[in-house]
Amino acid sequence: MHKIEAVIQPSKLDAVKDALVEVGVEGMTILEARGHGRQKGHTEFYRGREYSVDLLPKVKLELVVKDELVDDAIQAIISSARTGKIGDGKIFVSKIDEVIRIRNEDRGETAL
Amino acid sequence: MRVRSVTWFLAVCLTAISSLALGGGVAQAQPVAAAAMVVAPDSTPVADAQRIAALEKQVAANASAAAAAQMAGDNAWMLVSAALVLMMSGPGLALFYAGMVRKKNVLGTLMQTFAMMAVVTVLWALVTYSLAFGSGNAFLGGLQNVFLRGVGLTPDPNYAATIPLQTFMVYQLMFAIITPALITGAFAERMKFSAMLVFMVLWAVVVYSPMAHMVWGVGGLLNVAGAAAGGWGGRIPCLDFAGGTVVHVTSGVSALVTALYLGKRLGYPREPMPPHSLVLTFIGACLLWVGWFGFNAGSALGAGSLATSAFVCTHFGAAAAAIGWCAAEWLRNGKPSALGGVSGAVAGLVAITPGAGFVTPISALWIGLITGVFCFFMVVKVKHFFGYDDTLDAFGVHGAGGTLGALLTGIFARSVVNPVFGAGKPTGLLEGNPRQLLNQLIGVAIAWSLSIVGTLVILFLVDKTIGLRVGEEAEREGLDLSQHGEEAYDMAH
Repeated sequence: MHKIEAVIQPSKLDAVKDALVEVGVEGMTILEARGHGRQKGHTEFYRGREYSVDLLPKVKLELVVKDELVDDAIQAIISSARTGKIGDGKIFVSKIDEVIRIRNEDRGETAL
Repeated sequence: MRVRSVTWFLAVCLTAISSLALGGGVAQAQPVAAAAMVVAPDSTPVADAQRIAALEKQVAANASAAAAAQMAGDNAWMLVSAALVLMMSGPGLALFYAGMVRKKNVLGTLMQTFAMMAVVTVLWALVTYSLAFGSGNAFLGGLQNVFLRGVGLTPDPNYAATIPLQTFMVYQLMFAIITPALITGAFAERMKFSAMLVFMVLWAVVVYSPMAHMVWGVGGLLNVAGAAAGGWGGRIPCLDFAGGTVVHVTSGVSALVTALYLGKRLGYPREPMPPHSLVLTFIGACLLWVGWFGFNAGSALGAGSLATSAFVCTHFGAAAAAIGWCAAEWLRNGKPSALGGVSGAVAGLVAITPGAGFVTPISALWIGLITGVFCFFMVVKVKHFFGYDDTLDAFGVHGAGGTLGALLTGIFARSVVNPVFGAGKPTGLLEGNPRQLLNQLIGVAIAWSLSIVGTLVILFLVDKTIGLRVGEEAEREGLDLSQHGEEAYDMAH
């Protein structure tokens, strides 16, 4: 099992969600987030005071999938979230040791 | 269902309109019928005397019916105006300010204005109405109207001959409420609630009451209508239609003094402190714009043509100033902002306040445009140059805009609009009365001096007794929690 964490542009959330469901992903968690990578922020002016805002609004998706689904899921995110411009986000993949369903204590892939 | 309710609504409206029209018709028909009755031909001396007596009675009845009708009309507009001016404080000004603070200080900021609606009202009934509008000397009213003694429902021709004195009293009260509330913008996010209350009570007595008396009170030094009162009354007639000096210069200058005395907020200007919700600020500013019709057009103290003139000038001044501020901002920053637009409109409303009943609509456009650019410059350049933390720009908008507006009134005032010095007599500088600009300058200087000295003394007293600022920890935590024990936005539920 692998955990895929993807930080994407908020406007791409629906496209990414649809693409993931299409390749067979059944569950995910979505968080509203703020952050920045190499992308520069922007400047705001309030009555002449200048503020540079470098933490921009992003959406973070977290999903844990079976090993055979990892590549498809990653590809689905890439193709649906890409605009080609700076600030499109990143995907982090890590191994998951155990999954437990709270309701009936199922463990492993059956709990996904 | 919706169609039915609309039809029902229309029917109700029609019924109301027709009953009004019928009522008016009846009121008019009565005197005509009576007059027809008394002109029946008859020539004996006794009958003549009877006819004359009947006619005299009729004329007197007509005159009192006309007076009652005018009072009803004027009073209706003045009560609406009073309500509009209260709406400027809450929710208008309260939202305008609350949107510009950080989200930990929203309720604290709202409460500062709301507290004025309660505290200044009680104080007004007890003593400050009398100090402002009682007949005293040229500088301060007497104590004969404390506890509103003698403030009844009959008009006082010294102030407004066609509305009950209580209407005048409650209308003026709304001005006394918003004026100290304006100051709260300067010390937002750092003043103790208790200290704020004491400060404002003293300020209403020491600064507002004398200034209102000098400009509008019977026999006041700066009162345009006070020349006949003798002594110092009306010695320096200063044109201030709706409170450019009384409201905006006093509050704006006191705001600057308070900001300087209290010092900057923790972390200013190093930490970012952007407005938490410009939507609230926008709503507040638009409510201020609408409420200002009551403020300025209501200052005609009647529903006549002068009210129309002031209404039009108010609107034109606000519009031109919004354009002025936005244009300046667009040129300098490359973008016209929503905050800039509404700030400009408020600055224009401030500047047109003293002149609203004295200038033409086209002059109002000029006053607005000049002020929009000027206040932008004050807020964006001058404040940052000197580095004082006038948090929500109470001085930059009200002090600067009020001062400029008072002076421009002396330039643009026209006798065709309001023959305040007699029909055809030159009023402002452009009409050939340069003396008026000097009078305006003296009026402004008195307002500045009184505000600086009065505010400094009060700040010193409150600082030495209960302390002005909240503690460092309370300031970081925010006024909502530290002063009121509640939060504006509950993010957890």
